[in-house]
Amino acid sequence: MSTGTPGGRTPAGRSRLPLRPLPVGDHGLLVELEDAAAVEAFHSELLRRAAAGTLPAVREIVPAARTVLLDGVADPGRLAAELPGWDIPPATAGDRPAIEIPVRYDGPDLADVAALWDTTPEDVVRIHSGTEFHVAFCGFAPGFGYLTGLPERHHVPRRATPRTKVPVGSVALAGPYTGVYPRSSPGGWQLIGTSDVDLWDPDRDPAALFAPGTRVRFIPVSTQSPQEAR
Amino acid sequence: MTDRAFCAVRAGALTTVQDLGRAGHAHLGVPRAGALDEPAHRLANRLVGNPDTSATLETTLTGCAVRVRTDTVAAVTGAPCPVTVDGRPAPWGAPVRVPAGAVLDAGPATAGLRSYVAFAGGVDTEPVLGSRAADLLSGIGPAPLSDGGVLPLGTPSGPPARVDAVPRSALPLAELVLPCVLGPRDDWFTEAGLRTLATGRFRVSSASNRIGLRTEGPPLERSKDGELPSEGMPLGALQVPPNGLPVLFLNDHPTTGGYPVVGVVPERFLAAAAQAAPGTPVRFAPRRSRATG
Repeated sequence: MSTGTPGGRTPAGRSRLPLRPLPVGDHGLLVELEDAAAVEAFHSELLRRAAAGTLPAVREIVPAARTVLLDGVADPGRLAAELPGWDIPPATAGDRPAIEIPVRYDGPDLADVAALWDTTPEDVVRIHSGTEFHVAFCGFAPGFGYLTGLPERHHVPRRATPRTKVPVGSVALAGPYTGVYPRSSPGGWQLIGTSDVDLWDPDRDPAALFAPGTRVRFIPVSTQSPQEAR
Repeated sequence: MTDRAFCAVRAGALTTVQDLGRAGHAHLGVPRAGALDEPAHRLANRLVGNPDTSATLETTLTGCAVRVRTDTVAAVTGAPCPVTVDGRPAPWGAPVRVPAGAVLDAGPATAGLRSYVAFAGGVDTEPVLGSRAADLLSGIGPAPLSDGGVLPLGTPSGPPARVDAVPRSALPLAELVLPCVLGPRDDWFTEAGLRTLATGRFRVSSASNRIGLRTEGPPLERSKDGELPSEGMPLGALQVPPNGLPVLFLNDHPTTGGYPVVGVVPERFLAAAAQAAPGTPVRFAPRRSRATG
């Protein structure tokens, strides 16, 4: 299995990303990359090429933590052979403004997260709401995004015992990710707050507020203010 | 009683509205959904003069019965079953005239699992992201049929097909053989584990559903413990959870997951999987990819 061609920077800042295409049936590829930043850069390049009409027809492009799945490709072998030669610029933040998500930082695990971060709950709120996140990938449920942005020292484990019911709108942490539950479901993430934002509305265009690449900021709102109280 | 609609008089074990699904939204966490036995869905539509994209009813094992409120033409395909109109026998796999007020009954499957009931004009529920399909994982699309539930019918677009005979699906199934292409995570299994995949005798588990066909049989031995970082899951993935028993991902499967996928069953073999009742023997026929070696 080829591991791609590392290095080879060009004057424009584009480079050849180390990547490994793995077979997915007769018409797919799972492209493994070195880290989340490489996934983002590769995914952006795929979307650029798709928009420019230079990518062969692909039914699904699904970025994830370390991989991008390409499914519904007529000739995956040919694409796999081409990929290591692509010059890919680093991902940029893009020029669209961040989506702002108002959050009441009232989650039941806020104190536990503060202990894991070795700080106070107030500091957790300050750090979390001061971070610019971006949607690394989606999954788990329509509208659920895996948001990255917190530095490694603020990554937290899942709860030892998952909750049977996490309320809709819960803002939660697990591993490197922040997520917002688009509906009530079982879950093992650490709950730090609550949002009233409708992440998934099939009657809206777009139905999903979070798509891979979307930038997100969490805005603290008072847990006491009457208009926010439920 | 002349509006274009039908009322379920016997909803059956699980009857859902299905079409060709909503591919292209996996990156938003939206499963594809759509008819599990797609050829049978397409055939049912053709028999009543619909385009392939019209919505049909997908039944599970026990069929369903509906009272139509308008003169219509219907057809039942997929799993063979007794078909009646107001109690009178009618042909399976052929266009059937159903007068307003009459009950069309697609009975229990005599082989296979899922029958498809098409009506001229199609089931006309509101599309979500371009599809009327019910997605049972995420709850998108119409809820499963319930007794007394009413669903609208669309306007017929063409005349019913004139047919003498229709091709049958590969039914009944004595054994489900699933060819699969190894990867992307076959390296998470030992040589012995891959041999088990190729030679093991499995059965369809009764815990199977539209999300996945679960198997019972010898567990596949892993060479690596733990989970992968979440990665995209294709239709037809053979995902192997910690119990070592492959789960074949069907149309309502989650779009990402952290358990290794040992192989992927090409889509053309999934219709047979959709018709394999619990207890059906399963054999996997793995081969190496031609694309990436």
